[in-house]
Amino acid sequence: MNDFKFKVLELLQEDARREAAVIATLLGAEEDEVTKAIEEMEKDNVIVKYAPVINWSKVHDDKVTGIIEVQITPERGRGFDTIAERIYRYPEVKTVYLMSGAYDLQIEIEGKTLKEVAFFVSNKLSTIDSVLSTKTHFILKKYKQDGIILEDHEDDHRMLISP
Amino acid sequence: MLKTNKSMTDYISPVVKGIPPSGIRKFFDLVSGRKDIISLGVGEPDFVTPWHVREACVYSLEKGKTTYTQNAGLPELREAISAYLYKQFALNYEPSNEVLITVGGSEAIDLALRALVQPGDEILIPEPCYVSYSPITSIVGGKAVGIETYAKDSFKLTAESLAEQITAQSKVLILCYPSNPTGGIMTYEDWIPIVNLVEEHDLIVISDEIYAELTYDQKHISFASMPGMKDRTIVVSGFSKAFAMTGWRLGYACGHQDLIAAMLKIHQYTIMCAPVMAQQAGIEALTNGLEEKDRMVESYNQRRRLVVRGFREMGLDCHEPKGAFYAFPSIQSTGLTSEQFTEKLLEEFKVAAVPGNAFGLGGEGFIRCSYANSVSELNEALERIGKFVNKYQKLD
Ligand SMILES: Cc1ncc(COP(=O)(O)O)c(C=O)c1O
Repeated sequence: MNDFKFKVLELLQEDARREAAVIATLLGAEEDEVTKAIEEMEKDNVIVKYAPVINWSKVHDDKVTGIIEVQITPERGRGFDTIAERIYRYPEVKTVYLMSGAYDLQIEIEGKTLKEVAFFVSNKLSTIDSVLSTKTHFILKKYKQDGIILEDHEDDHRMLISP
Repeated sequence: MLKTNKSMTDYISPVVKGIPPSGIRKFFDLVSGRKDIISLGVGEPDFVTPWHVREACVYSLEKGKTTYTQNAGLPELREAISAYLYKQFALNYEPSNEVLITVGGSEAIDLALRALVQPGDEILIPEPCYVSYSPITSIVGGKAVGIETYAKDSFKLTAESLAEQITAQSKVLILCYPSNPTGGIMTYEDWIPIVNLVEEHDLIVISDEIYAELTYDQKHISFASMPGMKDRTIVVSGFSKAFAMTGWRLGYACGHQDLIAAMLKIHQYTIMCAPVMAQQAGIEALTNGLEEKDRMVESYNQRRRLVVRGFREMGLDCHEPKGAFYAFPSIQSTGLTSEQFTEKLLEEFKVAAVPGNAFGLGGEGFIRCSYANSVSELNEALERIGKFVNKYQKLD
């Protein structure tokens, strides 16, 4: 990845709705260069999607998110990937990470109720052959997500005019 | 009870009464309390002090570090400043007697002038410039001599205009590059003829380098790093701009031990020492804050490109600012004075900027616009200024 693309990505991560023309001005580049870089990165799946960061608790707070630690026995020849895929294909599964340490996969599941999440774990996850154990934690409150503080109280306190 | 024919102001020293009201202050009163405006008039970073610095301060308070420090400041901080100045600007100062921690760069400017100036001395001040030099010069009994700088020279100080103002009474030259308000800088080559004049006329230099970290596309050249200039120069700087620490009130002066000792003499009686919690925070900023600082500088640079382009596209002449976080476009094409322009702009389009004449000679016909604002606010402000300019340029 060249430095220019990297800078474009940083600006998009700050605000995915920034137009190529604005990004070009900020970086002192031509609009064409930016458009081309973005297209290439979209094609290469470096930019996967433009999705807003949503504070769902403001929309409805009856949503339940569980973080599940999963221990598994990797499949011969294919490691963890196949089993991870079997899990991440479920739409209610929001994230799946392969971890180092005491467990293997970390999964984030969203459900409407506690029961729904528990049901997913007992009926879908635990029943997969290579799953040895699961440990479920429920998220009570999200403070920060993807580097963004969800309820930021640091307003601009500056005086309007200063020397 | 006062004598009947006396008013309270009769008791005030004529020197203080003689200080003209600040142009910035006047504009400040116009906007104060208004919530509906976008202000490009703010002379401080839009970043909050990086968290690790704030956290270090809180920790030091928890540890009970709430005492006076040595008058010159915590030795550890002076060492950190010395190492930092060497690394960033190739400056070499002995922490024990060539570095003095002050309450902002502001105090350092005051101390330097008080330590150097006696009544009748002339103080050379390239303008437009930061607003404190000339009033402090008057307070200490010196005579401020403005040296006009021009947009056509990117507001650099030229040897010709400096030479024109030097007299037998000239004692101190105050330099402020990168410049508030113009964003002008001086390169090594630009400094050479100035160095010669300073030597020839035996001047002492107060070099306000508070924006030293905020240069774009090239590194700041400290005047004190020029050959032979270290002993003649008091470098004034601080944490306000580079580390987004304006409210901490932490700055420093570096220079020849005799000059620093003289400044320390005043500082020990008037201030005692800079606040210890700010000093603790300063140590953290210098030891672990350089990466974060670079990130902030990169962000200013991006916004600098945005506003310069914006002003040029609306038909205003705007020299390219190479430092600080101000653009200083000319508004002469509108036929308005700086004050008319800023007042009408505020009234009609709710954007505040500072009229250039508030910064002394050569400022009339320009406005100072800080780009330490979010991209979306800058875009909105530029759009409004564009409409405003369009309206007035069409009138003639
Ligand atoms: C050129 C210049 N020097 C000095 C200062 C004072 O800074 P400090 O906060 O360190 O007192 C400022 C602040 O705006 C400035 O612009």
